[in-house]
Amino acid sequence: MDNMKMRAQLKGDYVEVKVLMSHPMETGRRKDDFGQLVPAHFVQLVTATLNGKTVLEAQWGTGVSKNPYLTFRLKGAKVGDIVAVTWHDNQGATATQDIGVTQA
Amino acid sequence: MQRRDFLLGLATFIALMPVKVFAALWNKAAFESVQLKDASKYLNVNAEIPSTDIQIVAPDRAENGAIVQVEVKSNIADTEAIAIFVEKNPTPLIANFIFSNGAEPYVVTRIKMAETSDIKVVIKAGDQYFTNAKNVVVLENGCG
Repeated sequence: MDNMKMRAQLKGDYVEVKVLMSHPMETGRRKDDFGQLVPAHFVQLVTATLNGKTVLEAQWGTGVSKNPYLTFRLKGAKVGDIVAVTWHDNQGATATQDIGVTQA
Repeated sequence: MQRRDFLLGLATFIALMPVKVFAALWNKAAFESVQLKDASKYLNVNAEIPSTDIQIVAPDRAENGAIVQVEVKSNIADTEAIAIFVEKNPTPLIANFIFSNGAEPYVVTRIKMAETSDIKVVIKAGDQYFTNAKNVVVLENGCG
């Protein structure tokens, strides 16, 4: 559940970061096979850093799809720089992953 | 105070602390609003200016509302944040992205759509707010 797939590639004058998180993103409105409501369980906060400096802070609601996908772009980053992404969900779980920038 | 009580109290405090800090950060009122206008209000959005400098790429028709890919790019100078709403979802505010230190005002993500609706984007640039929207026809409900 706490794994994340990441890629950060230099494409001309920007670095494109793609992230695929593994998370159920339950809205709290879905019923299971027994008719019981499945409690809300979703990522609320995502932060990204470039060499330790914050570049993106995202707040999410329940409307982001299951196994969230995210692409963002960074100016001024170069090959070898480290991009890290951390998420926190509404049940207190968290995961962090980092990756070095490579040439596309 | 008993040492044991003190330690127990301390442990509880530490256990609760990160959750509290984090809860303060997450805009609960905005994300739990069932009306788009309320969600906007809690994000402090005022006087939205329609702008075609906001590009929204999403399908015209989505087979499955559970996964609708949206790309948003702002060509507005000094864009600080991109908020994505789905007008007809049970809770319209989907996400709010805040950019800093060289991040471009660009994001791609996948969202849930309960029914055919506008995807509305609101950009924050300084004290001003700009907006654009794209309609997506949803053939199958994506909200559980």
